[in-house]
Amino acid sequence: MAETHAAEHSHPTAGVYIRVAAVLFILTVLEVGVFYVPTFHPILVPALLILSAIKFCLVVMFYMHLKMDNRFFSMIFGGPLILAFGMAMALMFLFKVFILR
Amino acid sequence: MSHAAHAEAGHQTSMGLDSRKMAFWAFIGSECLLFATLISTYLIYKGKSLEGPFPHEILNIPFTSFSTFDLLMSSLWMVLALAAVQRNDMKWAKVWLMGTAIGGLIFLGGQVWEFSHFVEHGLTLQKNMFGTTFFVLTGTHGAHVAVGVLWLLTLWVRAMQGKLTAKNAMTVEITGLYWHFVDVIWIIIFTVVYLIQ
Repeated sequence: MAETHAAEHSHPTAGVYIRVAAVLFILTVLEVGVFYVPTFHPILVPALLILSAIKFCLVVMFYMHLKMDNRFFSMIFGGPLILAFGMAMALMFLFKVFILR
Repeated sequence: MSHAAHAEAGHQTSMGLDSRKMAFWAFIGSECLLFATLISTYLIYKGKSLEGPFPHEILNIPFTSFSTFDLLMSSLWMVLALAAVQRNDMKWAKVWLMGTAIGGLIFLGGQVWEFSHFVEHGLTLQKNMFGTTFFVLTGTHGAHVAVGVLWLLTLWVRAMQGKLTAKNAMTVEITGLYWHFVDVIWIIIFTVVYLIQ
């Protein structure tokens, strides 16, 4: 129990938080850059989704501490997140946002 | 056992995890479902407006990029506030908590300006499908930011009264979880609504 409790509270240092913020800033600049540069327009949607997913993971892992915290928290969050993603995909297929060929 | 220590022990589950934190993660999980519904509704009705204004005519990317940067920085200040509380450095905890709240207020001010600008250009909740889904999605997110700002200001007042110490670090951590969740939702909204037009 003591080990679990210690694992729950072993958070990163301020230096790690600042480095993560720098990466988040660079990724945001890249996102806006990809949006404005016509060369990237053929891959605009996948590029933006990948950059957004990386930013999402960085915030959740380091700022919300899921990387260091007990895995049970990841399960409590990950379960509904997968369910939410599946529900969104199902709705979009049902309403023909995506069409299976 | 002191009263504070006894109260802390009272929040432990049989797994040794804090029950408040576990409950809050479950709440965040339920919020994922709420925002997934709103984002998918926006995507389903995207491009189905019969009359303008349309997204590419009205969305201001440089302005929203600044709002996104502001919210990301407020997330940094939130974790710095938590780190300060954990080492019982209440002077810096107060600074970072107020900084985070100000970051949230700047974001909300930007959203109020954006909404007013859109209404002036004829985009209202009833105008077209874009207006309906856009205002409901971003308005719900904005309401979450407003709740977060009130929560942060409450913590700041408690810190000023000397009622917030390292013993209450979990309270600040849970506030941080909420604030970062609001941030990650904005990361998705910024991409899906503003950049993928």
